[in-house]
Amino acid sequence: MDDNRPVIEVTGLTYRYEKENVLEDIHLTVPTGSFLAVVGPNGSGKSTLLKLILGLLRVQEGKIRLFGEDINRFKDWQRIGFVSQKANSFNTGFPATVYEVVASGLTKKIGLFKFMKQEHQLKIKEAIRSVGLSNYMYQNIGELSGGQQQRVFIARALVSDPNLLILDEPTVGVDAENVRSFYEMLEELNKERGITLLLVTHDIGAVSDQVSHVVCLNKYLFFHGNSDEFKLHEMSHLFGHDVHPLSHEHLEKEFSHDS
Amino acid sequence: MIHDLFQYEFLQNAFITGMIIGIIAPLLGVFIVVRRLSLIADALSHVTLAGIAASLLLEKKLLLVGLNPLYLGMTFSVVGALFIEKLRAVYKHFQELAIPIILSGGIGLAVIFISLADGFNTDLFSYLFGSVSAVSRADLYTILVISLFVVGIIFLLYKELFILSFDEEHAKASGIAVKRIHFIFIIMVALVIAASMRVVGILLVSSLMTLPVAASIRIAKGFKQTILYSVLLGEASVLGGLVLSYYIDLAPGGTIVMIAVLILIVTMFLKKLSFNKPVKNGVKS
Repeated sequence: MDDNRPVIEVTGLTYRYEKENVLEDIHLTVPTGSFLAVVGPNGSGKSTLLKLILGLLRVQEGKIRLFGEDINRFKDWQRIGFVSQKANSFNTGFPATVYEVVASGLTKKIGLFKFMKQEHQLKIKEAIRSVGLSNYMYQNIGELSGGQQQRVFIARALVSDPNLLILDEPTVGVDAENVRSFYEMLEELNKERGITLLLVTHDIGAVSDQVSHVVCLNKYLFFHGNSDEFKLHEMSHLFGHDVHPLSHEHLEKEFSHDS
Repeated sequence: MIHDLFQYEFLQNAFITGMIIGIIAPLLGVFIVVRRLSLIADALSHVTLAGIAASLLLEKKLLLVGLNPLYLGMTFSVVGALFIEKLRAVYKHFQELAIPIILSGGIGLAVIFISLADGFNTDLFSYLFGSVSAVSRADLYTILVISLFVVGIIFLLYKELFILSFDEEHAKASGIAVKRIHFIFIIMVALVIAASMRVVGILLVSSLMTLPVAASIRIAKGFKQTILYSVLLGEASVLGGLVLSYYIDLAPGGTIVMIAVLILIVTMFLKKLSFNKPVKNGVKS
């Protein structure tokens, strides 16, 4: 496996449920070290795209490569961390401590019929610390707030030292106050630990300052570029024509000409 | 009682079997409850009944005297478990539908076997409600083997069973062989049900898998502690039930279950008391 290859390469991907296409001819590249947001309305195929990338659905048409390897041959799943939409997959009454939940992130890495060693225990504690939940390590996860629970799931994804972290609408059900600190934490993971991030969201406003690349998806992929380009693109949609933003500096010059 | 316990083999069989069941039923029960599969245990116990009725029929009509009904009961239970999985795959959006289908199928089959045999003697009754005196040495050994198998598997696959119970989607995404682990799990459920019915009876089998767990969840911190408390409470119910039923001559199966219910009520009360205490560290509860 070649580490200089893009983390994810999707080419000509089409997916249909029964007869209806949910995704059509998607081409997408996620470069190493980027922070990419996939934006689209409900039912736009975002989740399907994620499931395909995570190997939860089989590719019907087109190709997906992960770390340069065709997805059908890809085995190194512990390089990919996944944080799902909390509400979907989690029963808040489940009697498990934060420590136990984070430990479950090592299941694949430790391997079948093998047991946890001291180094794993240190890793778990380190992951919990990195999301700022050290004080809650032995609390049942159901006793935490929504934002804290989502941090537990980030820790669970981080504990196996992934190169790529995929997040599916991670801030659904998290109160506004905690959303910002949540994104700041993601930015830190991206910049300081060099983890490539793929974030699916319908709330681009909250993240457009942090992400480096944006993809807009609604069955077709209709925008793929860096976040600065995206802002221009978005504005021209709003205003109905191309917009060339002027800086204040520029305005000042114009005014000075007039006077 | 201690004196009798040394003297009578049937009492020894009953006690040792009870102690074993008191461990494995709640142990597996924790995984069943947190995966919201509690009713599967009920469905499978009714299928087990069909197997036992079939075995008794064979014994009566074909004079197969040496046949231990436990074996056919176990076979039916495992086959029933596989059917449930099949049905759950077919009715993806109505997965709970598998349970009434298998449950009524099991009873229907059992009733047919019973009528074909023109009724049985008290044997069948002892399977329905459990009977201490009916546990033979051969039963004890079979149950012991099943238990060692189940405890061994849970020990070896603990991580995988945990991740599957907590978050199936995450388990799949991490590349865990979810289907295979679930298959092993459902086979274990079928085996434990067949093993437990001797003591508590088919109609009460699921209670030993769920009641101690229901009580434990209310008081435990974390998953391992939930398992530990469930086993302790299960064991307490079995022991208490056997001793009590011995002294005041009650049906042991029913007594065991009622003690488990009592324990559950006490833990609910305890939890209420602890809720009145101030919340510490400002943690939301």
